[in-house]
Amino acid sequence: MSIIDTVKQAATGMMVKLTPDAPPDPLIARKHGALGTSVPRIDGPRKVRGKAQFAAEVPAENMTYAALLYSTVARGRITALDTAATEAVPGVVFVMTHRNAPRLKPPALFQTDPRAAGASSLPVMQDAEIHWNGEPVAIVLAETQEQADHAKSLITVAYQAEPARLSFAEAATQSHQPPNVMGEPAMIQVGDAEAALAGAAFKVDLTFRTPRHSHAAIEPHAATVWWDGDQLVVHDTTQMLHQERWTLAGIFGIPEESIRILSPFVGGGFGGKGLWSHQILAVAASKLSGRPVRVALSREGVFRIAGGRTTTEQRVALGAKADGTLAALIHTGIVAMTEHNNCPEQFTFPARHLYAADAMLLEQRVAEMDMLANTFMRAPGESIGTFALETAMDELAEAMGIDPIELRRRLEPEKDPTSGHAFSSRNILEAYAKGAERFGWDKRSPVPRSRREGEWLVGMGVATATYPYYRMPGAAARVTLTRDGHARVAMASHEMGMGTATVQAQAGADRLGLPVENVTFEYGDTLLPAGTIAGGSSQTASIAAAVTAASAKLVADLLKRAGNDSPLAGLSADDVEARDGGLGHRDGGDRFESYASILGRAGLEEVSAEAEAPPPMEVMSYSMHSYGAQFCEARVNAVTGEVRVSRFLGSFDTGRILNPRNATSQFRGGIIMGLGLALMEETEFDERSGRVMNPSLAEYHVPVHLDVPEIDVIWTDIPDPHAPLGAHGIGEIGITGVGAAVANAIYSATGKRVRDLPITLDKLL
Amino acid sequence: MTITINGQQVAVPSDPRVSLLDLLREHLHLGGSKKGCNQGACGACTVLADGERILSCLALAVQYEGRSVVSIEGLSPDGSLHPLQHAFIEHDGYQCGYCTPGQICSAVGMAGEAKRGLPSAVTADLAADAVQLTHDELRERMSGNLCRCGAHNGIIAAIADTFGRPAVAEAAE
Repeated sequence: MSIIDTVKQAATGMMVKLTPDAPPDPLIARKHGALGTSVPRIDGPRKVRGKAQFAAEVPAENMTYAALLYSTVARGRITALDTAATEAVPGVVFVMTHRNAPRLKPPALFQTDPRAAGASSLPVMQDAEIHWNGEPVAIVLAETQEQADHAKSLITVAYQAEPARLSFAEAATQSHQPPNVMGEPAMIQVGDAEAALAGAAFKVDLTFRTPRHSHAAIEPHAATVWWDGDQLVVHDTTQMLHQERWTLAGIFGIPEESIRILSPFVGGGFGGKGLWSHQILAVAASKLSGRPVRVALSREGVFRIAGGRTTTEQRVALGAKADGTLAALIHTGIVAMTEHNNCPEQFTFPARHLYAADAMLLEQRVAEMDMLANTFMRAPGESIGTFALETAMDELAEAMGIDPIELRRRLEPEKDPTSGHAFSSRNILEAYAKGAERFGWDKRSPVPRSRREGEWLVGMGVATATYPYYRMPGAAARVTLTRDGHARVAMASHEMGMGTATVQAQAGADRLGLPVENVTFEYGDTLLPAGTIAGGSSQTASIAAAVTAASAKLVADLLKRAGNDSPLAGLSADDVEARDGGLGHRDGGDRFESYASILGRAGLEEVSAEAEAPPPMEVMSYSMHSYGAQFCEARVNAVTGEVRVSRFLGSFDTGRILNPRNATSQFRGGIIMGLGLALMEETEFDERSGRVMNPSLAEYHVPVHLDVPEIDVIWTDIPDPHAPLGAHGIGEIGITGVGAAVANAIYSATGKRVRDLPITLDKLL
Repeated sequence: MTITINGQQVAVPSDPRVSLLDLLREHLHLGGSKKGCNQGACGACTVLADGERILSCLALAVQYEGRSVVSIEGLSPDGSLHPLQHAFIEHDGYQCGYCTPGQICSAVGMAGEAKRGLPSAVTADLAADAVQLTHDELRERMSGNLCRCGAHNGIIAAIADTFGRPAVAEAAE
């Protein structure tokens, strides 16, 4: 029996002990359903044919095309604005500036209300004031994009520039704790960590720097919008349909119900596809011009008005005792932010849950700057927080003369180190063991710079991956069963490449006891029951919980309709289970009736139920996180300093894997974005002007095919008994730990520690 | 003045500023060719012009008068799937699907280049008549097509499966 099987068996026993209140999802134990199989993506044929329609491809009669003009100062006022030449260009339909824009309320800032979607609370084009270099100052509508782009270039703007806070170092001198970090305290103290550090037998005390990053989704932000009388239609590319609808309703002072937002396909999101100023401007300009508007941001435009990950400076100090356990764990730091947003980049979160330590000091501070609002980007905080923490762990292991995996083994806590809660499911050491064996970790030399192949220095590194389990409240699902044994499951959720519709069809099939090809999942439209955001790796669990609730309601309704002539007569919802296209007694006996039979006798073509998910109480009782071990082999050219990642393996512990093929892709995607974070990505911010200096995909470097080796992905596949379907979201954990795994491999290869990202060749020469 | 697009004669646009990409997307409503950067940096707009892969965002439509252009919609016009499209599904060579048509068109063009013996930056023998599409050759030759979801492994596997399997199997040894 493998180590994994042993743990699985133990975990099965734990379900009974740990869940006195709520039994685990019965689908966890079901072995022969659609879940756990590699059902190909339902939208695959459309995507490979180019038939998946994105927001900028939605046709409209009488369309106008928008071009945006961006400010060239970071702070100040518009003193002169001349649009006469623009308005004279043939084809120009309308020009909007702060002078003629309608009065709009500021966007409700994300997280200030569960329904809020605003990436920034700044009013949009309401006065002459400029808040960042790149803020939109005009929107031009024309009959064609070519006309709009040319006409925009003819606008002349004069500014009265004012002093702006553009130096991170200077802003950091005024830093302060935010009121909270994602609802958690900004600072956690256990004992006197500084004193414990001072007295520790082994210690490291290190500073790390991480730059701004761009999501760089290949689909630029875009929307096609129009008004039909008082009704607003927005075809958008968004990760937050209903939240955007509620927020737009507030901005424009109209009822939510008068807005419909559709977003069936999102061409990459990663946290970036929310409500920015372009949708608001397009809706306003459409209202004033009476014409449909397509606003498709240029790539430069994305960098100017849709924010990314912010920059950080972090300190990690670790003090270990002679027995190798931690006396002190300190992780503190400062991030750049604006007054108008609330994404403090929760880089201390991994340290709150990963390691046992006698004393801890975890503190996040923010420094306000005059820049575009930063926002959530794939594993905000955890991605760059694990870079610092896990590099420091590697340095501590070296200082102690022990293997870095052995160090993690010694630091494994019995319960959550800061909340004190029991772990719902934590098999990190198994993930390490399995990964180490498969990667060949035993071949790593503990001595840096000890392996050379020609010009190439070769090293191996490892780091922990971790990301929280979240389930967002407020989701509702509708389940509709038809007499021919088909089902439609519906929720206004999002598909950005995760395979949402595919996995939810699998889950719906197993929940209802139907073949997967008989189940469709409807999403991407605010006419459907309200969904939660596609963020925090939460969507799968959030949908599943709502579908479970709706299905239970549907089963109760079916039993009622089955009546006294049914073999199910007298059974309660608790007595039955969905299987084989109908309902049957849980005892597996022959009391069974098919859906077709129940609906037929009731004279119904279809029956439907809608229900909201129960609140995510599981996270109140347990420490729920995903884990992983990231293994990297890096080659560094001894002459040029170039880095090549030659092998990579991610070994994950994320609950049950619902679709192995999709899961592999999602893990790999996170890891590859992590390679970018480690080696090349930086949104360059000019501290003299506040302007982003590389607003293009030619100069903002993301990993290309030749940068990406074959990435090996394995998992424990141990279900979390407290999560719907036994599964954790896996969209973000893949990127965590990668920066450190690469940095540690580079150290192993070269003997050089690089603590400021990205690790470019100049830092290795 | 016309361009042949997916076998159909299409009038060259009257505005000479219209790119081939915008002709496809906005005039002909062929949305399969994607606009990822409009600067020739991402490859999402790749189409085939007389069999060669080009970046349609950097091509003015009027330059293609008299030429034959195939976009993703024309790759398998009878409604069936091109073998490479099949392979993308099989190997999960996509996530969001936005770079996918460009990757597919680019790979079709790339296979033609290799067949004609055009070397790449990683080709060892510049004088060879045909190029073996090894794993490194495929990755180098496809590096002009960005993917941000991280479907690189699946994309390369799909292309190898379709155009270079024997050579790739050797390289993996």
